Amino acid sequence: MSATDTTATEYETVIGLEIHVQLATNTKMFCGCALSFGEPPNTRTCPVCLGLPGALPVANAEAIHYGLMMGMALGSTLAPRSIFHRKNYFYPDSPKGYQISQYDEPLCLGGQLGDVRIHRVHLEEDAAKLVHVGASGRLHASDASIVDFNRCGTPLAEIVTEPDLRDASTAAEWLRMLRATLRTLGVSDVNMEEGSLRCDANISIRPVGSTELGTKTELKNMNSFRYIERGIRAEVARQTAIVRAGGQVEQETLHFDPRTEAITSLRSKEEAHDYRYFPEPDLSPVAITPDMLERAQAALPELPLARAERFERDLGLSADSAHLLAFRTELGDFFEAALGENGSQAAEPQPLANWVANELVARLGTDADPAASNVAPGALARLVAMVGAKQVTQGGARQVLDKLVAGGGDPDAIVAAEGLGAVGGSDELAPIVEAALAANPDVADRLRGGEMKPIGVIVGHVMRETKGRADGGEITRLVREQLGL
Amino acid sequence: MIDREQVLHVAKLARLELSEDEVGRMATELSGVLGHIEKIGELSLDDVPPTSHVVEVENALRADVPRPCLPREVVLEQAPAVQDGGFLVPSPQA
Amino acid sequence: MTDITALTAKQAADAVASGDLDPTELFEAYRAKAAADDLNAYTWVADAAPAANGVATTPLAGVPLAVKDLFATKGVPSQAGSRILEGYRPPYTASVVERLAQAGAPLLAKTNQDEFAMGSSNENSAYGPVLNPWDRTRVPGGSSGGSAAAVASGSAPWALGTDTGGSIRQPAALTGIVGLKPTYGTVSRYGMIAFASSLDQAGPLTRDVTDAALLYRHMVGQDHCDSTSLQHPEEIVLPTAQRLDGITLGVPEDLTGEGVEAGVLARFEETLKVAEELGAKVVRVALPHADYGLSAYYVIAPAEASSNLSRFDGVRYGKRVDADDLLTMYTTTRHDGFGAEVKRRIMLGTYALSSGYYDAYYGRAQRVRTKIAEDFATAFQTVDFVVTPTAPTVPFKLGSKTSDPLEMYLNDYFTVPISLAGLPAISIPAGLSEGLPVGFQLAGPAFSENRVLDAAHALEQAIGFDATAGRAG
Ligand SMILES: [Mg+2]
Ligand SMILES: [Zn+2]
Repeated sequence: MSATDTTATEYETVIGLEIHVQLATNTKMFCGCALSFGEPPNTRTCPVCLGLPGALPVANAEAIHYGLMMGMALGSTLAPRSIFHRKNYFYPDSPKGYQISQYDEPLCLGGQLGDVRIHRVHLEEDAAKLVHVGASGRLHASDASIVDFNRCGTPLAEIVTEPDLRDASTAAEWLRMLRATLRTLGVSDVNMEEGSLRCDANISIRPVGSTELGTKTELKNMNSFRYIERGIRAEVARQTAIVRAGGQVEQETLHFDPRTEAITSLRSKEEAHDYRYFPEPDLSPVAITPDMLERAQAALPELPLARAERFERDLGLSADSAHLLAFRTELGDFFEAALGENGSQAAEPQPLANWVANELVARLGTDADPAASNVAPGALARLVAMVGAKQVTQGGARQVLDKLVAGGGDPDAIVAAEGLGAVGGSDELAPIVEAALAANPDVADRLRGGEMKPIGVIVGHVMRETKGRADGGEITRLVREQLGL
Repeated sequence: MIDREQVLHVAKLARLELSEDEVGRMATELSGVLGHIEKIGELSLDDVPPTSHVVEVENALRADVPRPCLPREVVLEQAPAVQDGGFLVPSPQA
Repeated sequence: MTDITALTAKQAADAVASGDLDPTELFEAYRAKAAADDLNAYTWVADAAPAANGVATTPLAGVPLAVKDLFATKGVPSQAGSRILEGYRPPYTASVVERLAQAGAPLLAKTNQDEFAMGSSNENSAYGPVLNPWDRTRVPGGSSGGSAAAVASGSAPWALGTDTGGSIRQPAALTGIVGLKPTYGTVSRYGMIAFASSLDQAGPLTRDVTDAALLYRHMVGQDHCDSTSLQHPEEIVLPTAQRLDGITLGVPEDLTGEGVEAGVLARFEETLKVAEELGAKVVRVALPHADYGLSAYYVIAPAEASSNLSRFDGVRYGKRVDADDLLTMYTTTRHDGFGAEVKRRIMLGTYALSSGYYDAYYGRAQRVRTKIAEDFATAFQTVDFVVTPTAPTVPFKLGSKTSDPLEMYLNDYFTVPISLAGLPAISIPAGLSEGLPVGFQLAGPAFSENRVLDAAHALEQAIGFDATAGRAG
């Protein structure tokens, strides 16, 4: 293919993700050390996680349990028997000179979440933390690192997807879906900033229509959804530029610097990796028993996808609302609490969903948990019900919600105290509309002439008179009635 | 059997420095041992499963219950170099 | 009683239990002997007797224990015979040492060994070779050579060793004592500095079979810190058998080994005669893959070792050679810290696991292992025990085999197939050749230690081996 051809070709992106999830067990993967949350360095260690001579690993039963829950949630095939391997490499973060990881006989195989197929889920141990200290003050080393083994041995589940993603934003969106699923499972804190959810992306491009995979690069350890999107975009741009210039993408591991948008190679190519995997002789195989399966099954909560389907099916929510509430677990929980045990008795589900997802989130902030706010779920439900019954207008209700957010309370009481009750039925509203038409005879004429645009003048007039407590729809109805339209 | 280049490659994987002398000797000695080991190539083993452990235990798992950690001063006592409560090493980035 | 160190461990324990012997006096007597040892059998000796309160009521009654250097012992040097661990004092103690201390056997000393248990002559120790008490110009065998020399010379009542491919049995044979390699998994490996994880197993080196049974009885047990350990299905009892009526011994027809010395073969055949006189039947038995054992072993053990020894990187403990960059720190630390044999096996194992060679070496060796285990299972359908000489030769001269690794490896010819199959085996003294000890090896099915010990006991009584020459060492 000539250079001119390549510039004319359209390319598509192929992305697969590898996600490392720190499991929220009490203890590490292979020893009894409690997991570390920012303790002073090297205070959460023992002979096993320090790799002292003679120490042996013993696998954490709860990590296996969490692995099974994840496998079930992702629809994986759970291996009746799985084993651990040693992945041999030298690095100061690896105290034994190898990482214990599942290799060719992982705990979970296959599966699917949304539109993305899962390749496998396996268990392994996390590495230690290295802190670069620059000049150490010692005689020789001008540059040094300090190793902290607190994190070393933390249980990880590695989720590997098939290369089913086609662009950066979909990848980030899918990752959010995965995070919500894992959060609902309760198997991890899934906090990207704190490193309990870490994502690598395998990225390649190919001419549209081609089914072959191009040479992929691996973009390492992006620690926020924003960086993932930007990183993938930057790498796709880099690959596209190479190919359009007639070059070839090289298989390598890359780092994305979110500050400079620069992509750099992490390892020199000449140092080919040879991990010398072999079955870990210090560990016995894991053979899944009916008891283990039963326990994992019993521990499974309703997952976001199933919840979204239920919201659509049973509550009649729009697909967008259902999805949004189901995948923002805390919003979904608030919504269901507001709905109450008797379903839509108080408020209609769709308006309630809109109020939770739009008005409430706008006031509390995107990441806030409404359960921790001043707004009681029942209070919001009552407010939405009042809107539905036209006891308060949209505008009035927004003011009530401001009060609820600021200091909580009962919407009925707030409406009464602030005089926000809707200027209700035609008896009360009709004379005001009549006065408004009288005050704007030219507008009334144009309306009679079939031109509906100037009705806003009348509505505005009425709203001013009622301090916004009138319903726009009702005003329109009365105008038409009084003008005989 | 195994030449200088291979010896050097394997030594690099194993993070072993070898002197010129040792490289030559290693090539000879390893070739001799490998020559003997090659004997297992005679057997037809296609349908034979590999054995990792002869006496196999399954599901020897640990309850997720914390056990005491080592005091940091004990942990660092054996270290060749220490700084700020951690193990000091030449930077891997250097 | 004039010399309390002439007692076997069992006799000493009985004397302490009955109040005839003061455990502190016993410890001091051995402590003095160990401190005065000139075979280089020890790397560390306790400087005082531990408090003896209540030990008289424990099963091992305060009889002191010598422990191979590679067992982690809290606050006590545990260097595995290697320079890379020079001065290393672990913050914890190996489960089996802890278990024996609970049972009343206090730590007397740490014994010299081949570096990381790699060797058959104890010439691979960074702390110098151990001498054979029968002839100081000869090796005591290895890798538990220090433990063997300590027990054979009488400076320790008994000792712990480890056996990966013969490292208890072969030195026991070469020093005229008893060495038991238990069924894999019956003794916890937690705290044993690993050589080859799927093969390593701790066991006793003792003056007689009864002592081996007594020590092993208190070593067994599943350990929650070793997930490959398991509960022995039987309680280990002290052997009583005097006869071998109804027992069939199988002599492997495929494991003749051309290098077996005539004197060794003669003692072996005499022992078979003794067995027959005790009522045993001796038959030939097929172990068609046993001859491949050595080849498979010298893939599996170095492969596992290459990985197990990666932790010695100069970061957290032991030796470090300072350097400006990490790679040089690693490579020079490991160059200076490891001895020649250890480097050789790290290289061999790394090669066998490396990309493109795994299937031909490691994968194949694990399949050979399957065949060897199957061979033994078939054999034990017709025989009770498989018997061989323990080692092909009597103790050889120091330095005589160090130039050719392959020749050294042939020492393990008879012991390695049993290790690969994870089976229990014992070596007992079968007499002398050229004035030097010869061992007789007896192996049984998994978990048959009680039967193995009983049969060995009957043979031991009938052979009546005189250990005086070694004890005088
Ligand atoms: Mg991984
Ligand atoms: Zn730990």
